[in-house]
Amino acid sequence: MSKASPLGGPYITKTTVITAILTAIMGALLLYRLVFGLGAVTNLSNGYGFGLWIAYDVFISTAFACGGYSMAILVYIFNKGEFHPLVRPALLASAFGYSLGGMSIMFDIGRYWNAWHLFLPAWANTTSIMLEVACCIGAYCCVLWVEFAPVIAAKWGTPKIQKMLTKTAFIPIAVGCLLPTMHQSSLGSLLIPAGYLVHPLWQTNVLPLLALSSAICMGYSIVIFEGSLVAEAYNRPSEAPMLGKISRIISWLLIFYLVVRWGNLIYANKLGLVLTSGKYSAFFIIENVLFLLPIILLASQRTRFNPQILFIAAVSMLLAGALYRLDLVLIAYGREGWHYFPSIGEILITVGFVALEILGYIVCVRLFPVLSSHHPASGSDSHSVRRAPSVAATTNK
Amino acid sequence: MALSRRNFLKGAAAGSAAAACAAATTTPADARENQTLPPKAVGLLYDSTLCVGCKACVVACRDANDTKPEFSTDEKIWDTALDISGKTITVIKMYSEGTGQHKDQEKDGFAFMKRSCLHCVDPSCVSVCPVSAMTKDPVTGIVSHEPADCIGCRYCIVACPFAVPQFEFDKPFPKLLKCQLCKQRLAVGKIPACAEVCPTGATLFGPVTALKEEAARRTGTPAGQPTNYPRKVVDSTDVHERPNAKYVQHTYGATEMGGTQMLLLSGVPFEKMGYPTLREKSYAAEAETIQDGIYGGFVAPVALFAGLLYMAHKNTKNHDEEE
Repeated sequence: MSKASPLGGPYITKTTVITAILTAIMGALLLYRLVFGLGAVTNLSNGYGFGLWIAYDVFISTAFACGGYSMAILVYIFNKGEFHPLVRPALLASAFGYSLGGMSIMFDIGRYWNAWHLFLPAWANTTSIMLEVACCIGAYCCVLWVEFAPVIAAKWGTPKIQKMLTKTAFIPIAVGCLLPTMHQSSLGSLLIPAGYLVHPLWQTNVLPLLALSSAICMGYSIVIFEGSLVAEAYNRPSEAPMLGKISRIISWLLIFYLVVRWGNLIYANKLGLVLTSGKYSAFFIIENVLFLLPIILLASQRTRFNPQILFIAAVSMLLAGALYRLDLVLIAYGREGWHYFPSIGEILITVGFVALEILGYIVCVRLFPVLSSHHPASGSDSHSVRRAPSVAATTNK
Repeated sequence: MALSRRNFLKGAAAGSAAAACAAATTTPADARENQTLPPKAVGLLYDSTLCVGCKACVVACRDANDTKPEFSTDEKIWDTALDISGKTITVIKMYSEGTGQHKDQEKDGFAFMKRSCLHCVDPSCVSVCPVSAMTKDPVTGIVSHEPADCIGCRYCIVACPFAVPQFEFDKPFPKLLKCQLCKQRLAVGKIPACAEVCPTGATLFGPVTALKEEAARRTGTPAGQPTNYPRKVVDSTDVHERPNAKYVQHTYGATEMGGTQMLLLSGVPFEKMGYPTLREKSYAAEAETIQDGIYGGFVAPVALFAGLLYMAHKNTKNHDEEE
């Protein structure tokens, strides 16, 4: 097996400067929010208690951050060691995605100085889905950094620490497979108590199953997405042969997702709503086309290992999962007489969190041994697009 | 080893079957039923046909709960709260249609409607609050909010079918506001301020069972027949007589979401007055049934964790040996 190594290279580039500026803008806006209140920065109201931050930073961002979870299941639970090189970068992206999602919640909740109540039994309300999600995400943020610890230890740790972390790694790995299963499904359940406020095309008792299966799909898709971007940006060999195999999982999970979703619509006698719900029909159909597209694109052996098609399929899947969550939390949710569209401040803060995530990822892959210098797995090499070997070799050092 | 489709499907099928079973565990046997009315539940009966829109209740509520008047006009002469808000616990709203001439008539008519917490028998806000800041009194059934516990996540706002909990979005250190049925007044033998001051008995305080009987008496009496209406409390001797109104044949809150402790009577259909048509099974019961199906006794997560731990241990060992 090939070893991972730090990428090295300059820290000040166009990308890092732009992301740093966006992060600084976010910092200023967050300060403004703390001084003047949520209403000064957001368009939240008593008709829309959840806004863009919950929809994107929690629902969408943590699903995007399911790469570490999805890959851990594949490599450590289903024992597919060949995909090992993809675990570290996926874990890193997950650690950032979840940590920043968790951080943004602290700015979203109105009475943040009481946030610690979430973690003490004295306040716990065991019927609350929010409690389960909050504790689970909080714990998983910690677990992700523990899972990533061997990578940091590889640079700064003593051999003794490194050995100990390797020996006990299976514990955080198992916890890291359990927690997202719980909170990604519960994020779906979170909207069930809202009842009629969520449009019947989205409101269903199988929400936990739909949320979980689509989150795992998004996890594999983000691995493909990031793998493709990293190969492009850092002139590394394409990982298409390995990513193509992963894409098979997405197809089957997506078929499962669509069967459950449409089966449920038929069972609940809601099929007619698909065409008769006005703007909701439009969003529902766009969503389902985006879910269907990857299945079609990845159907044949030939297209599956084509880096471009693979990339498009992954993007389609990510957009589908993101739109599904946006619809569930904001678009299909509504009260008569109330409207919500995020303010510029809300959008800039969300953009800032994404920028901080990208910035952190870049710094980490340059500093720590995250990316593998492996060559694509054997088997389907004939379909892969390779960079010039000399370029790959020099950048790997 | 190549990822074979068969192997993957085997695992995926097992995992999804387990998840599907958990999600589908909504058999009537272990379904969480609606909560039932506490034995000494108290509430309000608001009769829209008796209300004259004087808003004495709004003023009395401000007095009793120490809230400041809210203005929606440039000249701050009148308390003009448009709806309940982070500053206002109750308001009287007006329905008007066509020429707006006839009271309690859907066409060409007008009517008044009270907005405040309905004190659900099976409240969503209590079910969803992560830190037990929303509570339902086991004896009186009053749904209360404790700001000292609240983290401001606003899940109650998202879940309430009636848009009742109100957050102060304009403050750096905000609080949530909702009607607590003047529990501080009940504790010293008084009744809720809105019922206390209502000159026509449109807002009436009493035990929920008695209020339901009173509501049934009114809807069961033919329109136009002279009828006695009590003031302040349901069993009051302070009564006034007037012809019975033409009611919608339904007491809002009798069945909605498993029932509420504030009941409403009206001459205009409730959905025109801002009260949605709702089924009997509460959303809290629905959601808790599903969550309990998945997490009941924590059996499924523990079993899953044990399996994950075993597989991860076995497979990380293999990987070590490879390296």
